Amino acid sequence: MSAKILDIENVTVSFDGFKALNNLNFNMDEGELRVIIGPNGAGKTTFLDVITGKVQPTEGKARFKGKDLSQRPEHEIARLGIGRKFQTPRVYLNLTPRENLELSCNRHKNVIATLFKQLSSAERRTIGGLLETIGLETKADVPAALLSHGEKQWLEIGMLVAQSPDLLLVDEPVAGLTDEETEKTGKLLMSLAESHSIVVIEHDMEFVRQIARQVTVLHQGSVLCEGTMSEVQNDPRVIEVYLGAQEEEV
Amino acid sequence: MIEGLIGGLFNGISIGAVLLIVALGLAIVFGLMGVINLAHGELMMLGAYTTYVVQNGFKAMGESALNFYIFAALPLSFLVAALVGLALERGVIRYLYGRPLETLLATWGVSLILRQFVRSVNWAMIVGLVVLCGLFFGGRWVLQRSQRQVAGWMTAVLLTLSVAIAVAVGLLLNQNAGVAFSRPWFSARNVDVTPPTWLRGGLALGTTLQFPYARLFIIVLTIACLAGVYWFLQRSAWGLRIRAVTQNRSMSACLGIPTEQVDALTFALGSGLAGIAGCAVTLLGSVGPNLGSNYIVDAFMVVVVGGVGKLVGSIVAALVIGIVTYLVGSGTLALLFTSAEGLQPLAAFFTFFATTSMAKVMVFALIITFLQFKPAGMFPQKGRTVEA
Amino acid sequence: MATDTFVRPKKGRQAHQRLLVEVGLVIAIALVLILVIPAVVSGFRLGLLGRFLALAIVALGIDLIWGFTGLLSLGHGIFFALGGYALAMYLQINTLGDGELPEFFSLYGVTELPWFWQPFYSLPFTLLAVFIIPAVVAGVLGYLVFRNRIRGVYFSILTQAALVVFFNFFNGQQELINGTNGLKTDTSTFLGVEVGSSSAQFNFYILTVVFLALAYALCRWLTSGRFGRMLIAIRDDENRMRFSGYDPTGFKVLVFAVSGAIAGIAGALYTVQSGIVSPQYMDIAFSIEMVIWVAVGGRATLVGAILGAVFVNLGRSLLSESFPEIWLFFQGALFLLVVTALPDGVVGWLRYRLSDRFRRWFGRSRSVVTPPLLELDPDVGAEKREAIDKR
Repeated sequence: MSAKILDIENVTVSFDGFKALNNLNFNMDEGELRVIIGPNGAGKTTFLDVITGKVQPTEGKARFKGKDLSQRPEHEIARLGIGRKFQTPRVYLNLTPRENLELSCNRHKNVIATLFKQLSSAERRTIGGLLETIGLETKADVPAALLSHGEKQWLEIGMLVAQSPDLLLVDEPVAGLTDEETEKTGKLLMSLAESHSIVVIEHDMEFVRQIARQVTVLHQGSVLCEGTMSEVQNDPRVIEVYLGAQEEEV
Repeated sequence: MIEGLIGGLFNGISIGAVLLIVALGLAIVFGLMGVINLAHGELMMLGAYTTYVVQNGFKAMGESALNFYIFAALPLSFLVAALVGLALERGVIRYLYGRPLETLLATWGVSLILRQFVRSVNWAMIVGLVVLCGLFFGGRWVLQRSQRQVAGWMTAVLLTLSVAIAVAVGLLLNQNAGVAFSRPWFSARNVDVTPPTWLRGGLALGTTLQFPYARLFIIVLTIACLAGVYWFLQRSAWGLRIRAVTQNRSMSACLGIPTEQVDALTFALGSGLAGIAGCAVTLLGSVGPNLGSNYIVDAFMVVVVGGVGKLVGSIVAALVIGIVTYLVGSGTLALLFTSAEGLQPLAAFFTFFATTSMAKVMVFALIITFLQFKPAGMFPQKGRTVEA
Repeated sequence: MATDTFVRPKKGRQAHQRLLVEVGLVIAIALVLILVIPAVVSGFRLGLLGRFLALAIVALGIDLIWGFTGLLSLGHGIFFALGGYALAMYLQINTLGDGELPEFFSLYGVTELPWFWQPFYSLPFTLLAVFIIPAVVAGVLGYLVFRNRIRGVYFSILTQAALVVFFNFFNGQQELINGTNGLKTDTSTFLGVEVGSSSAQFNFYILTVVFLALAYALCRWLTSGRFGRMLIAIRDDENRMRFSGYDPTGFKVLVFAVSGAIAGIAGALYTVQSGIVSPQYMDIAFSIEMVIWVAVGGRATLVGAILGAVFVNLGRSLLSESFPEIWLFFQGALFLLVVTALPDGVVGWLRYRLSDRFRRWFGRSRSVVTPPLLELDPDVGAEKREAIDKR
């Protein structure tokens, strides 16, 4: 087996005594596509916050390719090669999709380079290709504020890819999308998984079934169980806390 | 030594109390509503002018009544400032919720208008204002009855017309109706409010210590206001609603809380407190149109250092800032170091800052340093709502 | 119609052409200001215009930091005054003979020139100090504030507090910098010419026009390229940038420093044209007024900032000549009007509302959709609310 790309060890995050993550242990291999599910308040988003440096763990360590992530500011972690898509799409509304992608694609992220360096033609081509992939060619030069919700979701995924990280953290990529869009997103993620390691957080069980190989279930801030979709689905504890109740609704 | 310390502490606390009573209304408006009210100082100024007017009224009633003007002035200042605040909220602020920078600019505009208003207000102007309100609101009422929806341009035209007519009426009165109409109410120069006799002098303790009654009165008043605000927010039904709306506006609306009324009430409360503060500071100095601007920046510092949305924070911050300001500004610190051998450079350093204005320089430097360690203030609020 | 207005200009030659046209226009306007206006306007009015143009330079600085980057500074008076003081100090001590001190020092019994006056004997140092000192002050202040992710209104309040501090400092130090009275420049000589003389004033006017054009070019360059898009991204969603690997602090510090430097130059130009620099330049009201010029003209439009500064000040001088009391009412109403009814300013309004022809006329710089209001964006709001609920 290849090296662990992400290794979370005994991480606890507490907000004023409330433990959003409780002694969480988690790791995944290079090139893996992992789906994380769990009921509301299980700590899924906090989990991503810890990896990306938005929240500092109260205890424990998070390592990316063996490098300790605590005490590093967000932008450094991003430069290490971790990209994140937010739960609700966060794109720069007053910039066009092309400019959004250019910002993320840029390799030189310090102030001086931004002032004086021009975009290379290779980068320009990458962006053109990405615009095609996410289906926004025709709207490439329209302010992102005018895009629909689904288009924004896709744009953000595109920005994530443009950053060319080694690890993609994708928080609820299909929330608010139509069935067709959901399926397309699934395909996109699957194709990305061929060359990236991906963590997907999702609520939509149909979608999870479509893409999941390995599933991790979070509950009350710790890992409840791990395994393939069918293993997880048949685990009585999971059924109790999550799937059983949820399945009827779906 | 001990006496000096107690004296210093008392003076510091009394500065802190003034800061706190000014900052209290701001803390409510900023902390609970996310509105930056730069007109807060001018609401104070209105409170101070109300006090002046009330005192003149009592003067007419004779010397014995004059001693108690302050008990009438306090509620009246509150009322005047609260009403103006209410008008401000209904007229402007309510369109700007969630956009703190816009509220900042708009309230600055209001503060300019209020400042000039007290300088040039006379009966002609009041008549003009009444005409303006009558025409505008009357016109809008008529429009609303006749049209299904009042278009933006109609309001604009109506407003322009009413302003033009009102200005014309005001100018005509000003020029032709005689001195009674054109004489400004207040002189452009600062006016003085004489404190009642029982607030003059001070409480003597020991040989050198003296606690001025006026300062003691302000401290007591501040404590009373704090207790009142605390009781209102924590114990009363409306206080509960205010807190509910602060935490989750849409949920509160779903539960049937009239959020608009709550907004108006909260803003009026904050403004009213500014009025009381204005009444209080008349005991310390003269009253002028620029009275408020002397306090407003300090008051904002208190709120920021204390932590937005936390009254406790404002209390602690006001006291700390007050005491530090006094210790540095009065030269007490410099004196302290002068007496010690080997600390002469330090003494010289503090002597440099031993004036009121230089003390501000130092206190600001300390505040910036403090914010390096605690960017969200002494008592940071979890899940802050005011974030621009 | 709605979409085609937003389509970006074609790349390559056409963009190049547009740039040439713009450069031509700027030069043409500058030439008109330098050659035509002085011929038709009286000396007094020309002096006023020169001062307004100096203020327009500050407005450009404010637009850079507020309009494009979304940081509302209420402390630009500091940088403005610092630039003015730097030049005024040079003028004060270089008009005198050897060993003489500026007159005011004797009033406070100062016999030796304070140390920080010494470097101002040198002209090159002074010319650098005019913009470097404000830039450094802005940079340090900005770094201390931005490092802690203090943003939005907190930034505004802190800059205002800094303004009060600088005001107190300059106002209180009688024996160092002549306190309240400020430093007069009109009777000093600059390169052998008396500053107050009409020939010198005319030269300062031309210099102001040139610097205004340069400041415009600088701001235009900063806001049009990739750096400009970074600024807009900071305004839109600063925190998001961190997750793309950018550190916004550096960008914000740089932009604040540049903005401060621009204000410093403006301050120096204004000082020599009005004949005095005093702590009044650091009045709270004056710094907020600068913001309103930009708001009236249209934030995030450089042309708007310039026009706003010139026309609001013109209005002020016209109004306060005839009815001094009315100006404050008028200004207050202007604040209210701009915030409630005209959030994009006059130029912004023209750009969106008027016909294509007009748009081409005014809208040479890239159009930016309505100002950033994170709070109003339901999606971001939803996320924030959720984050709060989670606690």
